Order: sequence, then C-alpha cells, then structure tokens
Amino acid sequence: MEKHIQVPISREDARNLKSGDYVYLTGTIYTARDAAHKRMQEALDSGAELPINPDRNVIYYMGPSPAREGRPIGSAGPTTASRMDKYAPRLLDLGLGAMIGKGKRNQNVIDAIVRNGSVYFAAVGGAGALLSKCILKSDVIAYEDLGAEAIRKLEVKDFPVIVVIDSEGNNLYETAVKEYAVNIEK
Amino acid sequence: MREISVNEISKNIKEMCIQANHFLSEDMRCAFREAEQKEKSPLGRQILDQLEENLKIAGEDMIPICQDTGMAVVFLKVGQEVHFVDGNITDAVNEGVRQGYVEGYLRKSVVKDPIERVNTGDNTPAVIHYELTAGDQVEITVAPKGFGSENMSRVFMLKPADGIEGVKEAILSAVKDAGPNACPPMVVGVGIGGTFEKCALMAKHALTRDGSEESPVAYVRELEKEMLEKINCLGIGPGGLGGTMTAFKVNIETYPTHIAGLPVAVNICCHVNRHIHRVI
Repeated sequence: MEKHIQVPISREDARNLKSGDYVYLTGTIYTARDAAHKRMQEALDSGAELPINPDRNVIYYMGPSPAREGRPIGSAGPTTASRMDKYAPRLLDLGLGAMIGKGKRNQNVIDAIVRNGSVYFAAVGGAGALLSKCILKSDVIAYEDLGAEAIRKLEVKDFPVIVVIDSEGNNLYETAVKEYAVNIEK
Repeated sequence: MREISVNEISKNIKEMCIQANHFLSEDMRCAFREAEQKEKSPLGRQILDQLEENLKIAGEDMIPICQDTGMAVVFLKVGQEVHFVDGNITDAVNEGVRQGYVEGYLRKSVVKDPIERVNTGDNTPAVIHYELTAGDQVEITVAPKGFGSENMSRVFMLKPADGIEGVKEAILSAVKDAGPNACPPMVVGVGIGGTFEKCALMAKHALTRDGSEESPVAYVRELEKEMLEKINCLGIGPGGLGGTMTAFKVNIETYPTHIAGLPVAVNICCHVNRHIHRVI
C-alpha cells in the first residue's frame, strides 16, 4: 500500500504502518551511522545530552558523498543497518520513531521496535543519486569532525522507503523471500 | 624497454576513479536490462526500475551512483619490459586515487588504522595488486569496492573430500547469509584453490570480469550457470525484498592447490559492480 507520511513520525502513524507498505516521507530526519552512534552511546553512558532528541524522530543510517556546488548533498543512499544493532534498542527506548537503512536487524532490535511501537524502513541500497533528489536541505548539526559520519539534519520531500519491520514485528525480509524461494535439490 | 612516466599512471587512475563511480560499464547496464525482463516480483521490478533511473541521474548530474564510493582496489598488470620513471609507482597510484576522490566529489571512506579509525581524508591508500607479465604495456583495472557487500564475503577452508558439492554449499550459504545486506542483485566472485590468500584474491579478481565472459574451463562454466540458477531460487530478490533476481552473475576462477586442501572464497559485490580497464 502507498502512503504519504510526515516526519517526525507520530505514534499513530508508526503503529498504522504495515510491513510491505511503500511510504513517502516528508519533513525532517537526521543522519547517523557507526561513529555517530558510538558517540551518542558514550554521551548517554556519561549522562551527557544527546545532540538530537530521539523522541518521535527518524534516524537515517547514511553518510553522503560530498555535495557539488549548488546542491544540498551528494549521493545519499542507506548503509547496512545491522552495524547499528548494538546501539538501536537504547535509542528506541528513548522514543526513536523510526530508522531508515538497509539489511537485516537482530532480534534485540526487533523486540525494541515492537516494545516501542516503532518501525524500520528500508531505502533502496545503491540508489544514492536518485534518493539525493528527495533531499532539499542538509545541515551538519553535530560531530562535524566525523566528516561523512557527522550527524546531519535533512529536509526531505517524498523520500521513498519500504516498511520492512512494523510495530508488530512482521519482517518483510523473511515473508517476501519465502514467497519467491523455489525448492532446489542440493 | 619502454619508459612510462608514473604521472601518466596517476592521471589515468584519477580519471578511472571518477568514471567508475558515475558510469556503470556497459556489461552491467546490460545485466540490469535483462534482469528487468526476468524479475517476477512487482516490487522487485519497481526496485530495478529505480536503480536504472539512479544510473541515469548519476551520469547526467554527476552524482555518484552510490554514496559508498568504495575503497579503491587497483589491479596493475605490468609488462616486464616497462621501466617506470618520474617516481615511485605505488605513490603514483595513491596520488591518482587521492586526486580522483578529492576532485571528483567522492566519499572518503578509508580510516588510517582499523582500530583507531581516524579517516585519512583522501580515500588513500588504495589496495593494489601487482602482477608481472610479458610485454611492454601496463594494464590497469580500477574497482572501487563498497563495504555493504564486502562485509558479507567469506573464505572457507574446505577438505578435499568436500568436493564440488562442498563448494556449491559454501557459495549458497554465503549468498543466503548476505541476503539484503549486500544490495542484491549481486555479482558473486568465487575463487577455488590456491592458498588462503590466493583464493580470496581470485574471488576479488573474478568480480572485475566483463559480464559477457565465461570461464574457459568447461566444468567451471557449468558450475557458474548452476550456481546462478540456484542463487536465483533463494527468493532474496532486488533489495532483498523478495524476487527471482538475486544475482546477475557468478564468476569463478580456479588455481592449483595443495593435496590437503580445498580453499574457497566468495567475494560478493552489490549491483554497483564498478570495474574499469585501461591499457597503457
């Protein structure tokens, strides 16, 4: 089903999304990948404030290529989400509304998604040029020294994603693959 | 003896890094068109459509095809009649990579140390594989390698008794585990034989093979076909969201090995399988 959704994402919208829905996101999202997550974890451990409030916000696992003159951003597709599995449950428990990435999540993350009524979206991996066209504005707001891994605030319009894991724990990576798998004799 | 200035090598490597990251080679474009015909899942076809549109935008607007513009892997086949002048060849390759990534608006994804993890700021050093060959030419292959798929690659030290069935199982298990993480449809590079490092290098090199080529060895050709069929029965599909096009190609290289071993390496590449060749 095709849906258009405003981000940050409301609790209601997150709960209404179903695994397999094709969704266009419009509004504000934040980027963070390995190094930024590590720093956020260290900030939480030491009782410091996070550079972004996770509550209802959407984190996009992405580190762009540099922008050419006159453009807000370079190529901007998703990175592999499982590398953030170690950090995601804590942010979800702090109210993180959704994550955008690509690839599998572990059971701890799936449990935290269900526990918090959150959602995991996939953007199409390797479509960074196409996806960059849906990003209207990009500002580094924290950890600038991390370069491509800094935290960026993005304004997006009709950013295309697919619901992989919904708030009930349904997982498109498992269900869709079963549908197309053909039995082969070894 | 033929003299070649290393500056010429730098210039070519720079251009090749930029070209590879914005324009997919014709064999890969062809693979996309064929995949769209073959894909049975509607969502799978939609994703393949997006990926083709992505290639178009990348070339027209000079935006890298993928934000992961890779670690630069460079194969240099150097004719033994060649004499490099004007500097050190390894420095020259890295200078080409540096210029390509800095001037070409490519992402700098290399950290100086695997544990300390401070970015080198210019995507150097490259991973360079030299080979000495006959003649007075230099054959350069530049293959920027993304790590979504690199991370899903595997080496298996099988026993001779495992035989070809063991090899098939190893390839299938690597692809199955990779699933959506490796950005399918993938190209699967396989090295069989040699030693631990030789099979890994063959698997990497197999990814740079032109899409229209097959193995010159009859049983390997059959194995490539059979594995492609079996992989495309796994159901993983484009983006891992279900479908019949999980892999474009399976490319296999082999080498003599020890009586006690059967090393197998599976190097997976995403659909952005960048490889460019030039001969100087």
